[in-house]
Amino acid sequence: MVLGALFGALLGALINLNGNGHYIHWGFIQISVANLTVILLMILVFVLAILIPFPKRKEGDRK
Amino acid sequence: MTDIPIGAATGSDEDAVTADQWTARIRRRAEAAFPPKQLLPDRQPAFMASWIYVFGVLTLVSVAWVIITGCILAIMGPTWWHVSSIGHFVNSLHLWSVESFFFFMVIHLWGKFFMAAWRGNRRLTWATGVVSFLVSVAAAFTGYLTQQNFDSQWISTQAKDGINSTGAGAFWNVLNFGQMLMWHIVLLPIGVTFIAGMHILLVRRRGIVPPFDVHPKKGEQAAEAATTAEAA
Repeated sequence: MVLGALFGALLGALINLNGNGHYIHWGFIQISVANLTVILLMILVFVLAILIPFPKRKEGDRK
Repeated sequence: MTDIPIGAATGSDEDAVTADQWTARIRRRAEAAFPPKQLLPDRQPAFMASWIYVFGVLTLVSVAWVIITGCILAIMGPTWWHVSSIGHFVNSLHLWSVESFFFFMVIHLWGKFFMAAWRGNRRLTWATGVVSFLVSVAAAFTGYLTQQNFDSQWISTQAKDGINSTGAGAFWNVLNFGQMLMWHIVLLPIGVTFIAGMHILLVRRRGIVPPFDVHPKKGEQAAEAATTAEAA
């Protein structure tokens, strides 16, 4: 209950989701800012997943 | 079924009398296709040391949370998830685990697309992944239809024209709450679980697709050799 209120207050302070959606119009393309954000985040994570080196096990760690 | 004396079946050694039974045949095929070490391996190829390979398992973890939270919602019922704060929390967990499920699944799909993951006799692995994605979209859609709020009313009234234009509306009515709920909590989860299960078994059977080689012919040969070695 307390944790829920705390997280709610923190997240609520970051993004106010109580309101009308915002849309971007570009010619015949119409997309909500929320959906566009998710798509851009996916592209960012995809690129980072390729670029960031994966931690390697040191020699002798494995029994 | 063949009659055998009580106590004759040991459960381990194959009996000449029972070896031809369908249970024995399926067991032999399953053992040949999925040796325990291949089904649950403790080592992976060196080329998997990249973050791009973690998104399949992240998708699986997300779908596990979808199912767990969905079961809790089913046990407690709508008045609980609409009114109580814990119900709201679990309802939100259900939504956000779906969001993360699609988020990770799309990145997994992009990764596998650019790896051409259907190479090396992995066509069925790719195809089950595609079908699993499509069934998941239907499962998520019926979830949006059964939220019991203005959002679900809006989505269903908008969707009905699209569905009706395909002709599917004659037997699949998005305005029928009961029908959509049953599809959401029974049929589509069974479909997603079954197809995703097949997908995972095929990944275990055929192995992870190796990266492109600088020499295509050599690389293809290596991929085929790896697949054959894993299947053997």
